[in-house]
Amino acid sequence: MSLIRVENLVKTFSVAERAAGLWGAFKGLAYRRHRTVRALDGVSFTIDPGELVGYIGPNGAGKSTTVKTLSGILVPDSGRCEVLGRTPWKDRIANARDIGVVFGQRTQLWWDLPAIESFDLLRDIYRVPRTDYIATRDQLIERLDLGSFLDVPVRQLSLGQRMRCDLAASLLHRPRLLYLDEPTIGLDAVSKLAVRDFVRSMNRERQLTVILTTHDMDDIEALCNRVMVINEGRILSDGTLEDLRKTVTTERWLTVDLLDETTNISDPDAQVIGRDGARVTLRFDPERIPAAALISRITAQYAVRDLFVENPPIEQIIARIYAEQKR
Amino acid sequence: MRGYWAIFSARFRTLLQYRAAALAGLGTQIFWGWVRVMVFYAFYQSSLAAQPMTYEQVVSYIWLGQATLLILLVGVDNDIVAMIRSGTVAYEMLRPMDVYSLWYARAAAARVAPVLMRAVPMFILAGLFFGLQPPASFAAGCLWAVATAASVLLASALGTLMTVTMLWTIAGDGIVRITYSAVFIFSGSIIPLPMFPAWMQPLLNFLPFRGMADIPFRLYTGNIPASEGVIVIAHQLAWTIFLVICGRWFIARGARRLVVQGG
Repeated sequence: MSLIRVENLVKTFSVAERAAGLWGAFKGLAYRRHRTVRALDGVSFTIDPGELVGYIGPNGAGKSTTVKTLSGILVPDSGRCEVLGRTPWKDRIANARDIGVVFGQRTQLWWDLPAIESFDLLRDIYRVPRTDYIATRDQLIERLDLGSFLDVPVRQLSLGQRMRCDLAASLLHRPRLLYLDEPTIGLDAVSKLAVRDFVRSMNRERQLTVILTTHDMDDIEALCNRVMVINEGRILSDGTLEDLRKTVTTERWLTVDLLDETTNISDPDAQVIGRDGARVTLRFDPERIPAAALISRITAQYAVRDLFVENPPIEQIIARIYAEQKR
Repeated sequence: MRGYWAIFSARFRTLLQYRAAALAGLGTQIFWGWVRVMVFYAFYQSSLAAQPMTYEQVVSYIWLGQATLLILLVGVDNDIVAMIRSGTVAYEMLRPMDVYSLWYARAAAARVAPVLMRAVPMFILAGLFFGLQPPASFAAGCLWAVATAASVLLASALGTLMTVTMLWTIAGDGIVRITYSAVFIFSGSIIPLPMFPAWMQPLLNFLPFRGMADIPFRLYTGNIPASEGVIVIAHQLAWTIFLVICGRWFIARGARRLVVQGG
């Protein structure tokens, strides 16, 4: 049985528009033109228990509208949606007990209180029985290594520490479903790894179902076996990360830092797509030339200080998916 | 219920940290209280007509008002207004809680915490040096305590309603200011309500505002006899219920039309 079932969800917002300038402001007093924005335009998907799904798309694509609908905050114009057998907006409070949410941009801890007091408050809010609470809390404190800063007011924590506390806070009531909204935004490398590690282990050990929205492709690569891409309110692609890449492009990027800024690189199997001082970015198709072969050829030919291979950024992939859909 | 109590107590503990503000406020309120007492002293010295309150009652009325001023002077919840402006208010609904009750609990804490911090020293100082009398009787004291609690409930309901209206008028400080001017005048915080002209009395008796100050103070001084205590406290509670219903109705409407920012 699926945990989440979404069918043909539509949500529109009406946005008031006014012409620019002073005259526009006056005209706005008399009448306003309203423009309808389709935040969700027929979104359908199902998610099974224990899945770890990446939900990606550019800003304004409809990601958080989807998450807000699944949390019961927004009522869609039409369509069906079931989370754990309930319609979220009709049964918001019961639904809220079964889900945990983490926002990278915003803490749900009480700013002036030490994290441990926020945890106690959440116990009261979610009405977790004391023994369960203590067991869960201590486990989370240990797994996330929070012990040394539990008594510090949240406003004094570093972003990485705060994010770890937020993760713990979202799981104290043992939700079956966790929404992560850009959980690694602004974090240093060590904290990012810690967050990913923790999410992965919760997903594997506890069969926690996770929906992750992010702009960091590394998050997706490290965690998700399934990726949904949304843009302008429509799901453009839904499948494994590999499938997603292959449908769009197999290309990879090789970025080379040259010793000499004036050198020009050219290679028969790679194409220069960017140049910034001594840094050159090349595009290549690994099916035509393996990365290792290309690297050895380049390093043999040119004086190279450093180089690395990466995937084209998420925006590029989405842009291409979208361009293909349009055609 | 436990969750709302937890919110109340967390907010309460947070606000208790503002000790310097409480101390400064205490000084200001004693000064203003003293000025008002002087004005009424001059008035009673020069007036030959019989007044609806004795001078001693007026003095106690003023000091009670200064001690519990913040029950009614606290405006909208600025944290919530900031959330409404930024659009993050939607996330209040992620908790398994009723949003109105959550905001009400915060509003109540925002009134109780600063009042408790100021009222106790104010009572001691005003009682020792500035002419605050003890309650008119034991019953008057008990009724005053109950009516003060009811005034917190009433003022919190009004404050929550004001906060909820911010869902519509994002820059709606205007309506809030007008309301608080009305609260200030018609609660008896400037001039005790019995001193208002006779033709205004029916209106003042009807309005909710007297429940936030005038009713508890007059019960304390015995200006409203203890036998009428139940009636005036019922007046406070009736308005509280009405304002709660309004607030709930608005929030249900407001939640539906939330334009949530971001994709």
